[in-house]
Amino acid sequence: MSATTQMGAAVDISRLSKVYKTREDDDVLALDKIDLKIEPGSFVAVVGPSGCGKSTLLSLLAGLTPASTGSIAIDGDGVSRPHPKTGVVFQSDLLLYWRTVLDNILLPIEIKKLDVAKYRARAEELLAQVGLEGFGNKYPSELSGGMRQRVAICRALIQEPGLLLMDEPFGALDALTREQMIMDLQSMWLRLRNTVLFITHGIDEAVFLADRVLVMSPRPGRVDLDLKIDLPRPRQWSKTHEDKDYHAYVRQIRAIFEAKGILVAH
Amino acid sequence: MASTDVIGAGQAQKNQGKNMSSKKKSRGPWLERYSALILATVLLGAWQILVPLSGLSEFVLPTPLAIATRIVNELPLLASHAYVTLFEVVAGFAMGVLIGIPLALSIFYSRAFERAIYPILVALQTVPKVALAPLLVLYLGYGWAPKITLAFLISFFPIVISTVVGLQSLDKNLVNLVRSMGASEWQTFFKVRLPAALPNIFGGFKVAVSLAVIGAVIGEYVAAERGLGYLQLQANSLFDTTLNFATVVTISGLGVMLYFIIDTIESRVTYKRDAAK
Repeated sequence: MSATTQMGAAVDISRLSKVYKTREDDDVLALDKIDLKIEPGSFVAVVGPSGCGKSTLLSLLAGLTPASTGSIAIDGDGVSRPHPKTGVVFQSDLLLYWRTVLDNILLPIEIKKLDVAKYRARAEELLAQVGLEGFGNKYPSELSGGMRQRVAICRALIQEPGLLLMDEPFGALDALTREQMIMDLQSMWLRLRNTVLFITHGIDEAVFLADRVLVMSPRPGRVDLDLKIDLPRPRQWSKTHEDKDYHAYVRQIRAIFEAKGILVAH
Repeated sequence: MASTDVIGAGQAQKNQGKNMSSKKKSRGPWLERYSALILATVLLGAWQILVPLSGLSEFVLPTPLAIATRIVNELPLLASHAYVTLFEVVAGFAMGVLIGIPLALSIFYSRAFERAIYPILVALQTVPKVALAPLLVLYLGYGWAPKITLAFLISFFPIVISTVVGLQSLDKNLVNLVRSMGASEWQTFFKVRLPAALPNIFGGFKVAVSLAVIGAVIGEYVAAERGLGYLQLQANSLFDTTLNFATVVTISGLGVMLYFIIDTIESRVTYKRDAAK
Protein backbone atom coordinates (compact mmCIF):
# COMPACT_ATOMS: atom_id res chain seq x y z
CA MET A 1 0.00 0.00 0.00
CA SER A 2 1.12 3.54 -0.68
CA ALA A 3 1.40 6.16 2.02
CA THR A 4 -2.11 7.47 1.36
CA THR A 5 -5.03 5.81 3.07
CA GLN A 6 -7.27 6.32 0.05
CA MET A 7 -8.46 3.19 -1.72
CA GLY A 8 -8.65 4.93 -5.09
CA ALA A 9 -6.05 4.00 -7.66
CA ALA A 10 -4.13 6.53 -9.73
CA VAL A 11 -4.34 6.23 -13.49
CA ASP A 12 -1.66 7.54 -15.80
CA ILE A 13 -2.22 7.33 -19.55
CA SER A 14 0.38 8.66 -21.93
CA ARG A 15 0.45 8.92 -25.72
CA LEU A 16 -2.14 6.16 -25.93
CA SER A 17 -3.27 5.20 -29.43
CA LYS A 18 -5.34 2.37 -30.75
CA VAL A 19 -5.56 1.39 -34.39
CA TYR A 20 -8.05 -1.22 -35.52
CA LYS A 21 -6.83 -3.10 -38.55
CA THR A 22 -9.56 -3.68 -41.06
CA ARG A 23 -9.41 -6.18 -43.90
CA GLU A 24 -8.95 -3.36 -46.39
CA ASP A 25 -6.07 -0.92 -46.09
CA ASP A 26 -8.04 1.85 -44.38
CA ASP A 27 -7.20 1.22 -40.73
CA VAL A 28 -9.39 2.93 -38.15
CA LEU A 29 -7.68 5.18 -35.64
CA ALA A 30 -9.95 4.73 -32.62
CA LEU A 31 -7.80 6.63 -30.14
CA ASP A 32 -5.19 9.23 -31.06
CA LYS A 33 -2.34 9.93 -28.61
CA ILE A 34 -4.42 10.35 -25.48
CA ASP A 35 -2.69 11.83 -22.45
CA LEU A 36 -4.62 11.57 -19.20
CA LYS A 37 -3.85 11.57 -15.51
CA ILE A 38 -6.61 10.63 -13.11
CA GLU A 39 -6.33 11.57 -9.44
CA PRO A 40 -6.88 8.73 -6.96
CA GLY A 41 -10.43 8.74 -5.67
CA SER A 42 -11.88 10.99 -8.34
CA PHE A 43 -14.98 10.39 -10.40
CA VAL A 44 -14.27 10.94 -14.09
CA ALA A 45 -16.97 10.76 -16.74
CA VAL A 46 -16.25 10.39 -20.45
CA VAL A 47 -18.94 11.63 -22.83
CA GLY A 48 -19.01 11.39 -26.56
CA PRO A 49 -21.10 10.14 -29.45
CA SER A 50 -21.06 6.53 -30.62
CA GLY A 51 -17.76 5.64 -32.26
CA CYS A 52 -15.68 8.27 -30.46
CA GLY A 53 -13.47 5.60 -28.94
CA LYS A 54 -14.71 5.91 -25.38
CA SER A 55 -15.50 2.21 -25.12
CA THR A 56 -12.10 1.44 -26.67
CA LEU A 57 -10.52 3.55 -23.94
CA LEU A 58 -12.34 1.52 -21.30
CA SER A 59 -11.39 -1.76 -22.94
CA LEU A 60 -7.73 -0.72 -22.95
CA LEU A 61 -7.90 0.34 -19.29
CA ALA A 62 -9.55 -2.97 -18.41
CA GLY A 63 -6.65 -4.75 -20.07
CA LEU A 64 -8.99 -6.50 -22.52
CA THR A 65 -7.51 -4.91 -25.65
CA PRO A 66 -3.82 -4.24 -26.22
CA ALA A 67 -2.76 -0.67 -26.98
CA SER A 68 -1.19 0.06 -30.37
CA THR A 69 1.23 2.62 -28.96
CA GLY A 70 1.60 4.49 -25.67
CA SER A 71 1.06 3.22 -22.17
CA ILE A 72 -1.39 2.93 -19.28
CA ALA A 73 -0.35 2.64 -15.66
CA ILE A 74 -2.59 1.91 -12.71
CA ASP A 75 -0.87 2.88 -9.44
CA GLY A 76 2.38 2.71 -11.35
CA ASP A 77 1.87 -0.80 -12.79
CA GLY A 78 1.82 -0.98 -16.56
CA VAL A 79 -1.42 -2.48 -17.90
CA SER A 80 -1.05 -5.16 -20.54
CA ARG A 81 -3.66 -7.53 -19.18
CA PRO A 82 -6.53 -7.14 -16.67
CA HIS A 83 -5.21 -5.44 -13.55
CA PRO A 84 -6.30 -6.97 -10.21
CA LYS A 85 -7.24 -3.54 -8.88
CA THR A 86 -9.88 -2.90 -11.54
CA GLY A 87 -13.53 -3.84 -11.55
CA VAL A 88 -15.69 -3.48 -14.65
CA VAL A 89 -19.42 -2.84 -15.06
CA PHE A 90 -20.64 -3.33 -18.62
CA GLN A 91 -23.69 -1.92 -20.38
CA SER A 92 -25.63 -5.14 -20.01
CA ASP A 93 -25.53 -6.78 -16.61
CA LEU A 94 -23.92 -9.99 -17.94
CA LEU A 95 -25.16 -12.03 -15.01
CA LEU A 96 -24.79 -15.78 -15.42
CA TYR A 97 -28.37 -17.02 -15.48
CA TRP A 98 -27.49 -20.42 -14.03
CA ARG A 99 -26.01 -18.88 -10.88
CA THR A 100 -27.83 -17.30 -7.96
CA VAL A 101 -27.37 -13.60 -7.28
CA LEU A 102 -24.90 -14.38 -4.49
CA ASP A 103 -22.88 -16.79 -6.65
CA ASN A 104 -22.79 -14.18 -9.40
CA ILE A 105 -21.34 -11.62 -7.02
CA LEU A 106 -18.78 -14.15 -5.80
CA LEU A 107 -17.64 -15.06 -9.33
CA PRO A 108 -14.53 -12.81 -9.29
CA ILE A 109 -13.54 -14.32 -5.94
CA GLU A 110 -13.78 -17.82 -7.41
CA ILE A 111 -11.80 -16.80 -10.47
CA LYS A 112 -9.07 -15.28 -8.34
CA LYS A 113 -9.08 -18.49 -6.27
CA LEU A 114 -9.72 -16.66 -3.01
CA ASP A 115 -11.65 -18.06 -0.08
CA VAL A 116 -15.28 -17.74 -1.18
CA ALA A 117 -16.65 -18.36 2.33
CA LYS A 118 -14.78 -15.32 3.61
CA TYR A 119 -16.42 -13.01 1.07
CA ARG A 120 -19.97 -14.29 1.51
CA ALA A 121 -20.77 -11.83 4.30
CA ARG A 122 -19.28 -8.99 2.25
CA ALA A 123 -21.49 -9.95 -0.70
CA GLU A 124 -24.60 -9.93 1.48
CA GLU A 125 -23.57 -6.54 2.85
CA LEU A 126 -23.16 -5.10 -0.66
CA LEU A 127 -26.58 -6.46 -1.63
CA ALA A 128 -28.13 -4.76 1.38
CA GLN A 129 -26.43 -1.50 0.44
CA VAL A 130 -28.05 -1.51 -3.00
CA GLY A 131 -31.44 -2.35 -1.50
CA LEU A 132 -31.46 -6.03 -2.43
CA GLU A 133 -31.24 -7.56 1.03
CA GLY A 134 -32.41 -11.17 0.99
CA PHE A 135 -32.16 -11.51 -2.80
CA GLY A 136 -28.96 -13.59 -2.60
CA ASN A 137 -30.64 -16.89 -3.42
CA LYS A 138 -32.75 -15.56 -6.29
CA TYR A 139 -31.83 -16.16 -9.90
CA PRO A 140 -31.17 -13.26 -12.30
CA SER A 141 -34.31 -14.08 -14.31
CA GLU A 142 -36.39 -13.31 -11.20
CA LEU A 143 -35.02 -9.76 -11.06
CA SER A 144 -35.89 -6.56 -12.93
CA GLY A 145 -33.37 -4.82 -15.20
CA GLY A 146 -32.43 -2.27 -12.56
CA MET A 147 -31.99 -4.92 -9.89
CA ARG A 148 -29.79 -6.97 -12.22
CA GLN A 149 -27.52 -4.01 -12.91
CA ARG A 150 -27.26 -3.42 -9.16
CA VAL A 151 -26.08 -7.01 -8.77
CA ALA A 152 -23.55 -6.43 -11.55
CA ILE A 153 -22.25 -3.40 -9.64
CA CYS A 154 -21.97 -5.48 -6.45
CA ARG A 155 -20.01 -8.06 -8.42
CA ALA A 156 -17.57 -5.36 -9.57
CA LEU A 157 -17.27 -4.01 -6.01
CA ILE A 158 -16.81 -7.29 -4.13
CA GLN A 159 -13.05 -6.89 -4.19
CA GLU A 160 -13.12 -3.17 -3.45
CA PRO A 161 -11.43 -2.23 -6.72
CA GLY A 162 -9.21 0.83 -6.66
CA LEU A 163 -10.44 1.60 -10.17
CA LEU A 164 -14.05 1.03 -11.16
CA LEU A 165 -14.65 1.11 -14.92
CA MET A 166 -18.26 1.61 -16.00
CA ASP A 167 -19.24 1.31 -19.65
CA GLU A 168 -22.61 3.01 -20.12
CA PRO A 169 -23.95 1.06 -17.14
CA PHE A 170 -27.39 2.70 -17.15
CA GLY A 171 -27.83 2.88 -20.92
CA ALA A 172 -30.28 0.01 -21.02
CA LEU A 173 -32.47 1.16 -18.12
CA ASP A 174 -35.71 3.14 -18.13
CA ALA A 175 -35.60 6.80 -17.04
CA LEU A 176 -36.94 6.30 -13.52
CA THR A 177 -34.67 3.37 -12.74
CA ARG A 178 -31.77 5.29 -14.20
CA GLU A 179 -32.42 8.26 -11.91
CA GLN A 180 -32.47 5.99 -8.88
CA MET A 181 -29.28 4.22 -10.00
CA ILE A 182 -27.47 7.55 -10.48
CA MET A 183 -28.33 8.58 -6.94
CA ASP A 184 -27.35 5.18 -5.54
CA LEU A 185 -24.07 5.20 -7.44
CA GLN A 186 -23.23 8.59 -5.98
CA SER A 187 -23.85 7.51 -2.39
CA MET A 188 -21.94 4.27 -2.93
CA TRP A 189 -19.00 6.18 -4.36
CA LEU A 190 -19.06 8.75 -1.54
CA ARG A 191 -18.71 5.84 0.86
CA LEU A 192 -15.97 4.01 -1.05
CA ARG A 193 -14.07 6.89 -2.64
CA ASN A 194 -12.47 4.70 -5.26
CA THR A 195 -11.44 6.02 -8.65
CA VAL A 196 -14.28 5.75 -11.17
CA LEU A 197 -14.14 6.05 -14.94
CA PHE A 198 -17.71 6.37 -16.13
CA ILE A 199 -18.41 6.11 -19.86
CA THR A 200 -21.72 7.51 -21.07
CA HIS A 201 -23.41 9.43 -23.82
CA GLY A 202 -25.65 11.19 -21.36
CA ILE A 203 -24.32 14.71 -20.81
CA ASP A 204 -26.67 15.21 -17.86
CA GLU A 205 -25.60 12.13 -15.92
CA ALA A 206 -21.92 12.85 -16.65
CA VAL A 207 -22.15 16.36 -15.19
CA PHE A 208 -24.35 15.24 -12.32
CA LEU A 209 -22.03 12.46 -11.17
CA ALA A 210 -18.50 13.48 -12.04
CA ASP A 211 -15.70 15.60 -10.61
CA ARG A 212 -14.37 15.88 -14.11
CA VAL A 213 -15.91 15.35 -17.53
CA LEU A 214 -13.87 14.46 -20.59
CA VAL A 215 -15.57 15.22 -23.88
CA MET A 216 -14.43 13.06 -26.78
CA SER A 217 -14.94 13.45 -30.51
CA PRO A 218 -14.88 10.69 -33.08
CA ARG A 219 -12.31 9.63 -35.64
CA PRO A 220 -9.70 9.98 -34.46
CA GLY A 221 -10.75 9.70 -30.81
CA ARG A 222 -9.40 12.66 -28.91
CA VAL A 223 -10.23 14.53 -25.72
CA ASP A 224 -11.71 17.86 -26.87
CA LEU A 225 -12.55 19.23 -23.47
CA ASP A 226 -11.41 18.41 -19.96
CA LEU A 227 -13.97 20.04 -17.70
CA LYS A 228 -13.73 20.22 -13.94
CA ILE A 229 -17.19 20.04 -12.35
CA ASP A 230 -17.34 22.12 -9.23
CA LEU A 231 -20.71 21.32 -7.68
CA PRO A 232 -21.21 20.62 -3.97
CA ARG A 233 -21.68 17.02 -2.81
CA PRO A 234 -23.73 15.12 -2.04
CA ARG A 235 -25.61 16.29 -5.10
CA GLN A 236 -29.37 16.14 -4.87
CA TRP A 237 -31.49 15.34 -7.88
CA SER A 238 -33.78 18.39 -8.01
CA LYS A 239 -31.43 20.85 -6.37
CA THR A 240 -28.47 20.10 -8.62
CA HIS A 241 -30.60 19.98 -11.74
CA GLU A 242 -31.84 23.50 -10.93
CA ASP A 243 -28.32 24.77 -10.26
CA LYS A 244 -27.09 27.56 -12.54
CA ASP A 245 -23.59 26.13 -12.67
CA TYR A 246 -24.92 22.68 -13.56
CA HIS A 247 -26.64 24.14 -16.63
CA ALA A 248 -23.55 26.13 -17.55
CA TYR A 249 -21.51 22.90 -17.60
CA VAL A 250 -24.11 21.09 -19.68
CA ARG A 251 -24.26 24.01 -22.15
CA GLN A 252 -20.49 24.06 -22.44
CA ILE A 253 -20.44 20.37 -23.41
CA ARG A 254 -23.37 20.74 -25.81
CA ALA A 255 -21.56 23.65 -27.47
CA ILE A 256 -18.69 21.29 -28.36
CA PHE A 257 -21.04 18.75 -29.88
CA GLU A 258 -22.82 21.49 -31.83
CA ALA A 259 -19.53 22.88 -33.09
CA LYS A 260 -18.54 19.39 -34.27
CA GLY A 261 -21.90 18.86 -35.94
CA ILE A 262 -22.71 15.94 -33.65
CA LEU A 263 -25.67 17.91 -32.31
CA VAL A 264 -27.45 20.29 -34.65
CA ALA A 265 -28.66 23.47 -32.94
CA HIS A 266 -32.32 24.30 -33.47
CA MET B 1 -14.82 -28.11 -8.90
CA ALA B 2 -16.33 -26.40 -11.87
CA SER B 3 -18.84 -29.18 -12.50
CA THR B 4 -20.01 -29.36 -8.90
CA ASP B 5 -20.54 -25.65 -9.10
CA VAL B 6 -23.00 -26.08 -11.96
CA ILE B 7 -24.72 -28.99 -10.28
CA GLY B 8 -25.11 -27.04 -7.05
CA ALA B 9 -26.79 -24.19 -8.85
CA GLY B 10 -29.24 -26.51 -10.56
CA GLN B 11 -30.23 -28.29 -7.41
CA ALA B 12 -30.70 -25.18 -5.36
CA GLN B 13 -33.12 -23.90 -7.96
CA LYS B 14 -35.00 -27.17 -8.04
CA ASN B 15 -35.77 -27.12 -4.35
CA GLN B 16 -36.84 -23.54 -4.55
CA GLY B 17 -38.87 -23.82 -7.72
CA LYS B 18 -40.77 -26.98 -6.87
CA ASN B 19 -43.54 -25.48 -4.76
CA MET B 20 -44.10 -22.66 -7.16
CA SER B 21 -44.49 -24.74 -10.30
CA SER B 22 -46.72 -27.37 -8.71
CA LYS B 23 -49.02 -24.69 -7.35
CA LYS B 24 -49.25 -23.09 -10.76
CA LYS B 25 -50.11 -26.37 -12.47
CA SER B 26 -52.91 -27.35 -10.12
CA ARG B 27 -54.65 -24.06 -10.85
CA GLY B 28 -54.71 -24.71 -14.61
CA PRO B 29 -57.82 -26.17 -16.22
CA TRP B 30 -57.87 -29.98 -15.95
CA LEU B 31 -58.62 -30.41 -19.66
CA GLU B 32 -55.37 -28.68 -20.55
CA ARG B 33 -53.45 -30.68 -17.98
CA TYR B 34 -54.60 -34.08 -19.16
CA SER B 35 -55.14 -33.26 -22.84
CA ALA B 36 -52.36 -35.59 -24.08
CA LEU B 37 -53.59 -38.45 -21.91
CA ILE B 38 -57.19 -37.94 -23.02
CA LEU B 39 -56.28 -37.87 -26.72
CA ALA B 40 -54.14 -41.00 -26.38
CA THR B 41 -56.95 -42.82 -24.57
CA VAL B 42 -59.49 -41.82 -27.22
CA LEU B 43 -57.23 -42.99 -30.07
CA LEU B 44 -56.38 -46.28 -28.40
CA GLY B 45 -60.06 -46.79 -27.52
CA ALA B 46 -61.08 -46.19 -31.13
CA TRP B 47 -58.43 -48.66 -32.29
CA GLN B 48 -59.63 -51.23 -29.73
CA ILE B 49 -63.27 -50.92 -30.87
CA LEU B 50 -62.82 -50.44 -34.61
CA VAL B 51 -60.56 -53.44 -35.26
CA PRO B 52 -63.18 -56.14 -34.44
CA LEU B 53 -65.95 -54.08 -36.10
CA SER B 54 -64.00 -53.80 -39.35
CA GLY B 55 -63.51 -57.53 -39.44
CA LEU B 56 -59.71 -57.30 -39.68
CA SER B 57 -57.94 -60.41 -38.51
CA GLU B 58 -55.63 -60.31 -35.49
CA PHE B 59 -52.86 -61.41 -37.86
CA VAL B 60 -53.18 -58.14 -39.72
CA LEU B 61 -53.89 -55.69 -36.92
CA PRO B 62 -54.06 -56.78 -33.27
CA THR B 63 -55.93 -54.65 -30.73
CA PRO B 64 -54.08 -52.52 -28.15
CA LEU B 65 -55.30 -54.79 -25.36
CA ALA B 66 -54.01 -57.88 -27.15
CA ILE B 67 -50.61 -56.20 -27.61
CA ALA B 68 -50.52 -55.14 -23.97
CA THR B 69 -51.42 -58.65 -22.79
CA ARG B 70 -48.74 -60.08 -25.04
CA ILE B 71 -46.13 -57.70 -23.63
CA VAL B 72 -46.99 -58.79 -20.10
CA ASN B 73 -46.90 -62.48 -21.02
CA GLU B 74 -43.67 -62.25 -23.00
CA LEU B 75 -41.92 -59.94 -20.55
CA PRO B 76 -38.94 -62.25 -19.91
CA LEU B 77 -38.42 -62.80 -23.67
CA LEU B 78 -38.75 -59.09 -24.50
CA ALA B 79 -36.49 -58.12 -21.61
CA SER B 80 -33.75 -60.58 -22.62
CA HIS B 81 -33.64 -59.03 -26.13
CA ALA B 82 -34.12 -55.47 -24.84
CA TYR B 83 -30.99 -55.81 -22.69
CA VAL B 84 -28.94 -56.54 -25.80
CA THR B 85 -30.33 -53.59 -27.73
CA LEU B 86 -30.03 -51.31 -24.71
CA PHE B 87 -26.36 -52.24 -24.35
CA GLU B 88 -25.70 -51.51 -28.03
CA VAL B 89 -27.53 -48.18 -27.86
CA VAL B 90 -25.81 -47.01 -24.69
CA ALA B 91 -22.37 -48.13 -25.91
CA GLY B 92 -22.88 -46.41 -29.30
CA PHE B 93 -24.20 -43.25 -27.69
CA ALA B 94 -21.36 -43.19 -25.14
CA MET B 95 -18.87 -43.50 -27.99
CA GLY B 96 -20.65 -40.65 -29.72
CA VAL B 97 -20.22 -38.50 -26.61
CA LEU B 98 -16.62 -39.54 -25.96
CA ILE B 99 -15.54 -38.82 -29.52
CA GLY B 100 -18.06 -36.10 -30.40
CA ILE B 101 -17.35 -33.72 -27.50
CA PRO B 102 -13.52 -33.61 -27.93
CA LEU B 103 -14.04 -33.21 -31.67
CA ALA B 104 -16.47 -30.33 -31.08
CA LEU B 105 -13.96 -28.69 -28.72
CA SER B 106 -11.21 -29.02 -31.34
CA ILE B 107 -13.49 -27.49 -33.97
CA PHE B 108 -14.37 -24.65 -31.59
CA TYR B 109 -10.81 -23.83 -30.54
CA SER B 110 -9.01 -24.31 -33.86
CA ARG B 111 -10.10 -22.52 -36.98
CA ALA B 112 -7.71 -24.55 -39.10
CA PHE B 113 -9.15 -27.78 -37.72
CA GLU B 114 -12.68 -26.52 -38.28
CA ARG B 115 -11.89 -25.77 -41.93
CA ALA B 116 -10.27 -29.17 -42.41
CA ILE B 117 -12.88 -31.31 -40.69
CA TYR B 118 -16.22 -29.58 -41.35
CA PRO B 119 -16.53 -30.43 -45.06
CA ILE B 120 -15.66 -34.05 -44.29
CA LEU B 121 -18.22 -34.17 -41.48
CA VAL B 122 -20.95 -32.72 -43.66
CA ALA B 123 -20.07 -35.11 -46.48
CA LEU B 124 -20.23 -38.05 -44.08
CA GLN B 125 -23.54 -36.81 -42.74
CA THR B 126 -25.08 -36.96 -46.22
CA VAL B 127 -24.28 -40.69 -46.42
CA PRO B 128 -27.33 -42.55 -45.19
CA LYS B 129 -25.87 -44.43 -42.23
CA VAL B 130 -28.45 -47.17 -42.65
CA ALA B 131 -26.89 -47.98 -46.02
CA LEU B 132 -23.63 -48.75 -44.24
CA ALA B 133 -25.20 -51.51 -42.14
CA PRO B 134 -24.48 -54.39 -44.57
CA LEU B 135 -20.88 -53.19 -44.98
CA LEU B 136 -20.40 -52.98 -41.22
CA VAL B 137 -21.61 -56.56 -40.88
CA LEU B 138 -19.14 -57.57 -43.56
CA TYR B 139 -16.26 -55.94 -41.70
CA LEU B 140 -17.24 -56.43 -38.08
CA GLY B 141 -19.18 -59.68 -38.09
CA TYR B 142 -22.49 -60.72 -36.54
CA GLY B 143 -21.84 -59.68 -32.94
CA TRP B 144 -22.55 -56.42 -31.18
CA ALA B 145 -19.70 -54.52 -32.91
CA PRO B 146 -21.56 -53.45 -36.10
CA LYS B 147 -24.65 -52.40 -34.10
CA ILE B 148 -22.63 -50.26 -31.71
CA THR B 149 -20.74 -48.77 -34.63
CA LEU B 150 -23.98 -47.90 -36.41
CA ALA B 151 -25.50 -46.41 -33.25
CA PHE B 152 -22.31 -44.41 -32.81
CA LEU B 153 -22.19 -43.16 -36.42
CA ILE B 154 -25.80 -42.06 -36.37
CA SER B 155 -25.69 -40.34 -32.95
CA PHE B 156 -22.29 -38.71 -33.28
CA PHE B 157 -23.20 -35.91 -35.72
CA PRO B 158 -25.93 -34.18 -33.68
CA ILE B 159 -23.66 -34.27 -30.62
CA VAL B 160 -20.82 -32.54 -32.47
CA ILE B 161 -23.01 -29.94 -34.14
CA SER B 162 -25.04 -29.01 -31.07
CA THR B 163 -21.90 -28.71 -28.95
CA VAL B 164 -20.14 -26.50 -31.49
CA VAL B 165 -23.25 -24.32 -31.92
CA GLY B 166 -23.66 -24.09 -28.14
CA LEU B 167 -20.07 -22.96 -27.66
CA GLN B 168 -20.14 -20.53 -30.57
CA SER B 169 -23.40 -18.83 -29.60
CA LEU B 170 -21.96 -17.48 -26.34
CA ASP B 171 -22.24 -13.72 -25.81
CA LYS B 172 -18.70 -12.42 -26.39
CA ASN B 173 -19.19 -9.88 -23.61
CA LEU B 174 -19.41 -12.72 -21.09
CA VAL B 175 -15.92 -13.79 -22.11
CA ASN B 176 -14.72 -10.19 -21.68
CA LEU B 177 -16.38 -10.09 -18.27
CA VAL B 178 -14.50 -13.07 -16.86
CA ARG B 179 -11.29 -12.04 -18.61
CA SER B 180 -11.57 -8.65 -16.89
CA MET B 181 -11.57 -10.61 -13.62
CA GLY B 182 -8.33 -12.24 -14.68
CA ALA B 183 -9.75 -15.62 -15.76
CA SER B 184 -7.58 -18.08 -17.67
CA GLU B 185 -9.04 -19.81 -20.75
CA TRP B 186 -9.44 -22.92 -18.59
CA GLN B 187 -11.55 -20.96 -16.08
CA THR B 188 -13.45 -19.20 -18.86
CA PHE B 189 -14.37 -22.61 -20.23
CA PHE B 190 -15.60 -24.11 -16.99
CA LYS B 191 -17.22 -21.00 -15.51
CA VAL B 192 -18.89 -19.63 -18.63
CA ARG B 193 -18.50 -21.48 -21.92
CA LEU B 194 -19.51 -24.95 -20.75
CA PRO B 195 -22.44 -23.99 -18.50
CA ALA B 196 -23.79 -21.67 -21.22
CA ALA B 197 -23.50 -24.43 -23.85
CA LEU B 198 -25.08 -27.17 -21.71
CA PRO B 199 -28.69 -26.63 -22.87
CA ASN B 200 -27.53 -27.00 -26.49
CA ILE B 201 -25.36 -30.00 -25.68
CA PHE B 202 -28.22 -31.76 -23.92
CA GLY B 203 -30.50 -30.96 -26.84
CA GLY B 204 -27.98 -32.76 -29.03
CA PHE B 205 -27.84 -35.70 -26.60
CA LYS B 206 -31.61 -36.13 -26.73
CA VAL B 207 -31.66 -36.21 -30.52
CA ALA B 208 -28.62 -38.49 -30.54
CA VAL B 209 -29.96 -41.07 -28.12
CA SER B 210 -33.20 -41.44 -30.09
CA LEU B 211 -31.17 -41.90 -33.26
CA ALA B 212 -28.85 -44.41 -31.54
CA VAL B 213 -31.88 -46.65 -30.92
CA ILE B 214 -32.65 -46.57 -34.63
CA GLY B 215 -29.01 -47.37 -35.45
CA ALA B 216 -28.87 -50.38 -33.16
CA VAL B 217 -32.19 -51.82 -34.38
CA ILE B 218 -31.24 -51.39 -38.04
CA GLY B 219 -27.97 -53.15 -37.29
CA GLU B 220 -29.97 -56.01 -35.81
CA TYR B 221 -32.23 -56.19 -38.88
CA VAL B 222 -29.23 -56.82 -41.10
CA ALA B 223 -27.57 -59.57 -39.15
CA ALA B 224 -28.10 -60.59 -35.54
CA GLU B 225 -28.82 -63.48 -33.25
CA ARG B 226 -30.21 -61.39 -30.42
CA GLY B 227 -31.80 -58.00 -29.81
CA LEU B 228 -35.20 -56.41 -30.37
CA GLY B 229 -34.60 -55.94 -34.11
CA TYR B 230 -33.82 -59.65 -34.41
CA LEU B 231 -36.91 -60.55 -32.35
CA GLN B 232 -39.08 -58.41 -34.59
CA LEU B 233 -37.79 -60.17 -37.72
CA GLN B 234 -38.51 -63.51 -36.06
CA ALA B 235 -42.06 -62.41 -35.26
CA ASN B 236 -42.45 -61.22 -38.82
CA SER B 237 -41.36 -64.51 -40.34
CA LEU B 238 -43.81 -66.38 -38.07
CA PHE B 239 -46.65 -63.97 -38.99
CA ASP B 240 -46.90 -63.20 -35.27
CA THR B 241 -48.13 -59.64 -35.72
CA THR B 242 -48.99 -59.23 -32.05
CA LEU B 243 -45.42 -60.03 -30.98
CA ASN B 244 -44.20 -57.77 -33.78
CA PHE B 245 -46.20 -54.86 -32.29
CA ALA B 246 -45.07 -55.81 -28.78
CA THR B 247 -41.47 -55.45 -29.98
CA VAL B 248 -42.19 -52.07 -31.58
CA VAL B 249 -43.69 -50.86 -28.30
CA THR B 250 -40.63 -52.12 -26.40
CA ILE B 251 -38.25 -50.35 -28.80
CA SER B 252 -40.21 -47.10 -28.37
CA GLY B 253 -40.21 -47.61 -24.61
CA LEU B 254 -36.43 -47.95 -24.73
CA GLY B 255 -36.09 -44.67 -26.60
CA VAL B 256 -38.49 -42.84 -24.31
CA MET B 257 -36.71 -44.17 -21.22
CA LEU B 258 -33.29 -43.03 -22.45
CA TYR B 259 -34.69 -39.65 -23.44
CA PHE B 260 -36.08 -39.08 -19.97
CA ILE B 261 -32.87 -40.24 -18.29
CA ILE B 262 -31.01 -37.54 -20.22
CA ASP B 263 -33.77 -35.03 -19.49
CA THR B 264 -33.47 -35.80 -15.76
CA ILE B 265 -29.70 -35.42 -15.80
CA GLU B 266 -30.12 -32.14 -17.66
CA SER B 267 -32.54 -30.70 -15.12
CA ARG B 268 -30.06 -31.62 -12.37
CA VAL B 269 -26.98 -30.04 -13.92
CA THR B 270 -28.47 -27.00 -15.65
CA TYR B 271 -30.72 -24.10 -14.83
CA LYS B 272 -33.14 -23.16 -17.58
CA ARG B 273 -32.92 -19.51 -18.46
CA ASP B 274 -36.65 -18.92 -18.30
CA ALA B 275 -37.51 -21.32 -15.50
CA ALA B 276 -38.56 -18.54 -13.16
CA LYS B 277 -40.82 -16.74 -15.60
